[in-house]
Amino acid sequence: MEYQENTISKNNFEECIKCTICTVYCPVTVVNPDYPGPKQGGPDGERYRLKKPFFYDEALKYCLNCKRCEVACPSNVKIGDIIQLARIKYSKHPPTLRDRMLAETDVMGTLATPFAPIVNGMLRMKPVKKIMDSVLKIDDGRTFPTYASQKFSSWYKKHAGSSQGAYPRQVVYFHGCYVQYNFPQLGKDLVTLMNAVGYGVQLLEKEKCCGVAKIANKLINDAMRDARINLKSIRKAVIDDNMQVIATSSTCTFTMRDEYLHILGLDNLDVRDDIMLATRFLYNLIDEGKVKLVFKDGYQKRVAYHTPCHMEKLGWSIYSTSLLKMIPGLDFIQLDSNCCGIAGTYGFKKENYEYSQGIGRPLFDQILESKVDVVATDCETCKWQIEMSTGMPVANPVSILAEAIDVEKTKMANGIDV
Amino acid sequence: MKYDSIIIGGGISGLVCGISLLKAGQKVAIVSSGQSALHFNSGAFELFGRKDGKDISNPLEEVARVPEGHPYAKLGIDIIKKLLPQVKPLFAEAGITLVGSDTENHYRFTPIGMFKPAWLSMLDYATASSPDNLPWGKVAVVNITGFLDFYPDFIARGLNLAGLECETRDFTIPELDTLRKSSTEMRATNIARFITGEAIRHFAEEVNRIITETNADTVLMPAVVGLFDEEPVRLLREQVTRPLYYVSTMPMSLCGMRAQMRLRNHFQHLGGSYLIGDTVYSGDLDAGRLSSIHTVNLGDMALEADRFVLATGSFFSHGLEATPNKVFEPVFNLDVNVEGPRSGWCDMDLYNRQRYMGFGVITDDSFHVYKNGRRVDNMQAIGAVAGGHDAIKEESGGGVAILTAMKVASDIVNGLK
Repeated sequence: MEYQENTISKNNFEECIKCTICTVYCPVTVVNPDYPGPKQGGPDGERYRLKKPFFYDEALKYCLNCKRCEVACPSNVKIGDIIQLARIKYSKHPPTLRDRMLAETDVMGTLATPFAPIVNGMLRMKPVKKIMDSVLKIDDGRTFPTYASQKFSSWYKKHAGSSQGAYPRQVVYFHGCYVQYNFPQLGKDLVTLMNAVGYGVQLLEKEKCCGVAKIANKLINDAMRDARINLKSIRKAVIDDNMQVIATSSTCTFTMRDEYLHILGLDNLDVRDDIMLATRFLYNLIDEGKVKLVFKDGYQKRVAYHTPCHMEKLGWSIYSTSLLKMIPGLDFIQLDSNCCGIAGTYGFKKENYEYSQGIGRPLFDQILESKVDVVATDCETCKWQIEMSTGMPVANPVSILAEAIDVEKTKMANGIDV
Repeated sequence: MKYDSIIIGGGISGLVCGISLLKAGQKVAIVSSGQSALHFNSGAFELFGRKDGKDISNPLEEVARVPEGHPYAKLGIDIIKKLLPQVKPLFAEAGITLVGSDTENHYRFTPIGMFKPAWLSMLDYATASSPDNLPWGKVAVVNITGFLDFYPDFIARGLNLAGLECETRDFTIPELDTLRKSSTEMRATNIARFITGEAIRHFAEEVNRIITETNADTVLMPAVVGLFDEEPVRLLREQVTRPLYYVSTMPMSLCGMRAQMRLRNHFQHLGGSYLIGDTVYSGDLDAGRLSSIHTVNLGDMALEADRFVLATGSFFSHGLEATPNKVFEPVFNLDVNVEGPRSGWCDMDLYNRQRYMGFGVITDDSFHVYKNGRRVDNMQAIGAVAGGHDAIKEESGGGVAILTAMKVASDIVNGLK
């Protein structure tokens, strides 16, 4: 007798055995009873939607796209992808002006940075927040990230670009919107760190937002346009110039590696392995004995590491945490696996704000109890959320490493005299 | 990336092994593809519960009599006796209180109202030394209105058959109103998140009201308190006026999830690396030695170790895979103990002994695995994937998982000395 050997279904949904482990680990189900949960919204709902799009449930908008369901699934069902694709395919609600404003990080950033002090001041004013809350439905409880007065790429051109060629090896940095418009210091720290181990840092020929916010807000055509521009630049760097692409944001990295392929359907397999987090790149170099880090004497800090959801999905927190653990005098604490609740633009929206803070509560409590000097994490929106909700400073592991190394001695140890 | 030992599989066996290795000072990583079958645990572990369809009272006696090839036979009764006293302390360190004896099984009460032999039960679960002589008097079986995974009528039937009088009641507290909006998600783990702090007091008040109305001597309720630790379990019992015991629900079981989380957190706090959601897809095996493994997430970076432990579970956890005519070990394609014609693998009567339950990887007496007939000198298999036992018919899954894990951990530690 002929049998079909394996189930064949898009995103493996036929493999679901209805065990509900995904629902147990879904951060939204806990706080929002209107959300049907990953099992019902994902593989169960898909069965119905394939029959008739009528069965699409608009409550799937509450999905954070954290992918914790996929990490938990023992049967390798791509639950998060099923839900994201259903939202894109079936939702009848077009993105609002608010959604566009939150998702258009490049447009907003370009408009805001020249007037950063004014914009930052306004975004902190109560009446402005009230108006944004009532007109735009951006929750007034949310503290906005500040804009930098100089874009990272402008700083790079002025102060760093010309000297990078002198380093013996080269790497390309995808800085992302956060470093570009809000926090160029992280990009500067990355340049310091990579230069110290002998790598010059180049920028992509053309960089756009990775697209995560546009995907989340269903601006798929815009996301596709940006993704194509990024992939073209990445291909030039990787294939023509033989360099790897590193990033300091776990979400940008995850989006370009996995969401381009799974959600946007863009074939990135020729360059996917060459897009990675800076901490993975650096850890591998150290692990292979190619570079060394020399740390300052007397560095003392107690650091708690929070694993961002997309970092958990990438499975790469091991690189960031292993690097942090190399720092003598760093007292390391691993925080339990919890979502911070912000999920990019999700937590800014008035309808989600309360859920967002509810989801993050266990994480905030553990941070406040841990009595650390700083929280380390690889995601910028986790940083905003934790800083706003706990008052604790949050730093990217790259910044902590840049602060902890003795730059001159590290350069010497790697034979660099630039 | 180099470790002393790498364990593939992050369920009960892998975690017990990992914790034991960390305590001996090793650098350990666990790679786990998705969450484990421990989430389906019903609040108890069995050492040896049944033989030829009959309940066993002294599990150790049966453990000493298992046939050759059984994991217990490979461990040997002397080693088992040495390991048994270490089990409760190991779980206690992780925050899991286990109650029971190694030489006398007790009975646990299943979610469908049956009494089954058990070795170790979690704190404050309904247990009895014998179903013929239950010490509970009149029982109030209480349930939360709208809760999907607990069937008081089954429980009542079980109690009636055992000669006890009981009444079933359901109730709710305001704290659960939000949850009830989503009828499909009234599940143990979700309810438990709401029964903390002040809600415990409201919960106890309702239970006490039912006790007064029914004049019950004992209360049985679904295990829906204490998701992250045992504290709410104790608090509720303190505030209820009669003895209260928990009965495991249908999966997802709260006690199993709590055990999984406590063990995982303990493993990580001891310094272990727990790589969740990652899948090992190949290994570098040469001359009977595995030098490194490759995972989907880590890509070109291999995980190296001196010793490897396979704790990938059975069919459910994909430690074994089955196609219509083949059973195989999917990670390394190790040799498996699948014998005889296909028609003999399973019995058409579901309730009979099923031969496939004993399938697993072939191991020697020290649990080393084989590939193409050649022993892999630095890789051992533990728990369900080690095969050679029928976890359902014997009720031996928990004991095999825990004891093989502890033995292999001690082998690894002693081998290093």
